Amino acid sequence: MASHSVVVVGAGQAGLETAAALRGRGYEGRIMLVGDEPSGPCDRPPLSKGYLAGTVPAADIALRPPSFYAAQDIELLSGDRVASVDRERRTVLLESGLRLPYGALVLATGSRPRTLPVPGASLTGVLTLRGLADAEDLRLRLSGPPRSVVVVGAGFIGLEVAATARGLGHDVTVVEAQPRALARALTPQMSARVVAEHRAQGVRVLLGREVSALYGDAEGRVQVMELGDGERIAADLVVVGVGVLPDTRLALTADLVVGDGIVVDERLRTEDPDIYAVGDCARFPSPHAGRHVRLESVQNATDQARCVAAAICGEPYAYTAVPWFWSEQYAMRLQMAGLTAVHDETVTVGDPDSGRFSVLCFRAGRLIGAESMNRPADHGIVRRLLTTGMHLAPDTAREPGFDLKKLPRTPAASPASPAMSVPA
Amino acid sequence: MAKITYKHPNGTVTILDVEAPNTVMRAAKLNNVDGIEAQCGGSAQCGTCHVYVDAESSVPLPEMDPVEDDVLYGTACERTEFSRLSCQLPVSEDLDGLLVHLPEAQS
Ligand SMILES: Cc1cc2nc3c(=O)[nH]c(=O)nc-3n(C[C@H](O)[C@H](O)[C@H](O)COP(=O)(O)OP(=O)(O)OC[C@H]3O[C@@H](n4cnc5c(N)ncnc54)[C@H](O)[C@@H]3O)c2cc1C
Ligand code: FES
Repeated sequence: MASHSVVVVGAGQAGLETAAALRGRGYEGRIMLVGDEPSGPCDRPPLSKGYLAGTVPAADIALRPPSFYAAQDIELLSGDRVASVDRERRTVLLESGLRLPYGALVLATGSRPRTLPVPGASLTGVLTLRGLADAEDLRLRLSGPPRSVVVVGAGFIGLEVAATARGLGHDVTVVEAQPRALARALTPQMSARVVAEHRAQGVRVLLGREVSALYGDAEGRVQVMELGDGERIAADLVVVGVGVLPDTRLALTADLVVGDGIVVDERLRTEDPDIYAVGDCARFPSPHAGRHVRLESVQNATDQARCVAAAICGEPYAYTAVPWFWSEQYAMRLQMAGLTAVHDETVTVGDPDSGRFSVLCFRAGRLIGAESMNRPADHGIVRRLLTTGMHLAPDTAREPGFDLKKLPRTPAASPASPAMSVPA
Repeated sequence: MAKITYKHPNGTVTILDVEAPNTVMRAAKLNNVDGIEAQCGGSAQCGTCHVYVDAESSVPLPEMDPVEDDVLYGTACERTEFSRLSCQLPVSEDLDGLLVHLPEAQS
């Protein structure tokens, strides 16, 4: 084994999964997981969905129960921050004064919400959503009588919060500076369908409109939002969902290469062979994008964690997992597979008007991903096609009656496929 | 309380005593059973909690809903008539004695 102790900085999804995967692989050294949030590692997706709506109980938010850490011999240090890294002596210093030795150091510091650069952004009632504490606060504010809620940013988190708030009976407005919603993530066709659903649910969606200022009452509570064109909107609560920034502060102080994320190689290693970065904070070479990218998803956090655990255990392999993401808004189940930003052709399967369809994205005649609304089979099959490298031509997808479900599973199914090992 | 057995592709087994409310997926995650990834946390999105229910099993399971059926089209390992999403199998006394086989890969 390469090292006798691992320190993981950041007890979020990627950090926890790294620790768990190390033990899962039989790593026998010391594992220390340090996180500055007072709660242990929690599942973030429900924070803008079921937990916020009150349908997912708090007990289900913890990624693992408290007993897990002792049982797996993982030293969880919650509510403490790593303040600095001493690469020469291979130790980290915590804010509490504790010094921890490492053989391998994993930076899983995640990302932090951007704030609004406008006057009034620090008024009471202007919130961002990242951690459990944020979600508790927001949930409490949404649990009262109907109010005017304004969401800034029509990205996934913004739209999920809008859907949840609307479901709780609030008056909801979404303000987005781009001319369309989810512009970075989805094709125009899919984003238009998503916006149509929000409007059908009674949400006011303002596109291509910018916030210029927020005004409060005498007690400093937000009351009014002003847009660039002068329109004023009543706002008892403002939720800012305008993206995140990777948390690279510690990496910078450790003199590691940083540029929109901590720069790592295909094994997720920084230029210091004993220091890795995973999850939202890592900028890595992606074979699916053909360049360095940073991804913000549970898939990326968990798959990268497994890759790093393998590398630390001396089984180096490259991080090549197919990226995927999901979102839930009202009854819409949205799933994205692959990196589709740069495509030159799309084929739609299913019926957009019924709200059950997929947009298959191609580049130079090759399938590079898909967006699905309420078509989970399409999503899963596309993920598998991308994983196995199976070819699908746009012309095939365009044929009448084309159905992804009818494609053969693999080009050459081996006789020793796992299904065969199941006693029949 | 129900006794649930997870059989790994290499033949080793993990046996858990699981309390309700829980799912076959969640019980595995809580105990760090390698081979269940469950990336979506049980919301029937990811298909990485795929298991094969033992063919001889006489344990009564809930019927599969259309979403689970759809998600099972995308599993990394072959789908069979014994395939289920372990996050869609709530644990009750009824499940006592359940044996599930873990696939070679989840993603
Ligand atoms: C509300 C919400 C909803 C989401 N919904 C979805 C979804 O539906 N699907 C999906 O795929 N993804 C979703 N995501 C994204 C997904 O949750 C993230 O991509 C994932 O959590 C990233 O994991 P991470 O471990 O890299 O970062 P994080 O989970 O952010 O963990 C990083 C942790 O490190 C801590 N930290 C930072 N610096 C230090 C330090 N120096 N010392 C100690 N601790 C430190 C931070 O406080 C934080 O707790 C959602 C995110 C949010 C916020
Ligand atoms: S945990 Fe994702 S489908 Fe079961």
